[in-house]
Amino acid sequence: MKFAILVFPGSSCDVDMHRAVHDVLGEEASYVWHTDKEAEDLSNFDAVLVPGGASYGDYLRPGALAKGSKAMASLCAFAASGKPVLGVGNGFQILTEAHLLPGALLQNKGLKFKSGTTKLSVQNADSLFTAEYEQGEDITIPFAHQYGNYYVDEETLADMKANNQIAFTYADHQDQGSTDKIAGVLNKEGNVLGMMPLPERAVEEVLGHVDGLRLFKSILKRVE
Amino acid sequence: MKKVNVYVTLRESVVDPQGTAAEQALHNMGYEEVKSVRIGKLIELEIDGAESEIESRVDEMCKELLVNRVIEDYRFEIEEA
Repeated sequence: MKFAILVFPGSSCDVDMHRAVHDVLGEEASYVWHTDKEAEDLSNFDAVLVPGGASYGDYLRPGALAKGSKAMASLCAFAASGKPVLGVGNGFQILTEAHLLPGALLQNKGLKFKSGTTKLSVQNADSLFTAEYEQGEDITIPFAHQYGNYYVDEETLADMKANNQIAFTYADHQDQGSTDKIAGVLNKEGNVLGMMPLPERAVEEVLGHVDGLRLFKSILKRVE
Repeated sequence: MKKVNVYVTLRESVVDPQGTAAEQALHNMGYEEVKSVRIGKLIELEIDGAESEIESRVDEMCKELLVNRVIEDYRFEIEEA
């Protein structure tokens, strides 16, 4: 399987993503710089990973300025084709700003940058990204963010619940004020996932946690 | 040339922890008459182009990039630069 890791100026978790899918899972993975020729048409890839970091220095709003990149049109086309798109951390913020996912990320309720590990509860174990988890299972995943406070209005939230779009919720107190303690969100079609916690940092015993690995294995299982 | 001031504020339904913190600080300083603080941002644009189009173009810019309408409201005023 061929992964694209879409890199913007200020992306910083791209190497972790590459390590997870290439070094640990042994799949093909390419860094795709957002202005490269390759970014204009992503259809040769099987999945696109939008890594975390602080694209464009988080200026204006985290994830907002990536919208001005030409790669955004091809990312939207890729998502519309039904292939998997995973955005993590700032990648999640980019996907909400691009309206590929509902809601938006606000500054943490305590106004501080927070990092550590969090317990997530798997709310939808049927999706392309979560099939390797058990429904209702608690998993341990690292996080590191200042804008991790997921906001969505009540009407959209009701829609999301009806469509089973909530992939993960926080099972501890690390939600930073997120609506309904939501940590990870799917689009209606189920082929785009965004989440603030960082599964690519929990893929090897040496990292302390391995629960993130099954997310990437789920993608492989469904696509292959 | 026109100058456009775009005022971006958090939507009323969105909690503003920065505003709450500033409100608390004002109270601590003795300004107890303050009932609410909401913090937003001001974006200043200088724009060339036909006057008749500025309003609709700026509105589009707000919707496309400058404002995230999931969490923010906006208004703008156009003046001579």
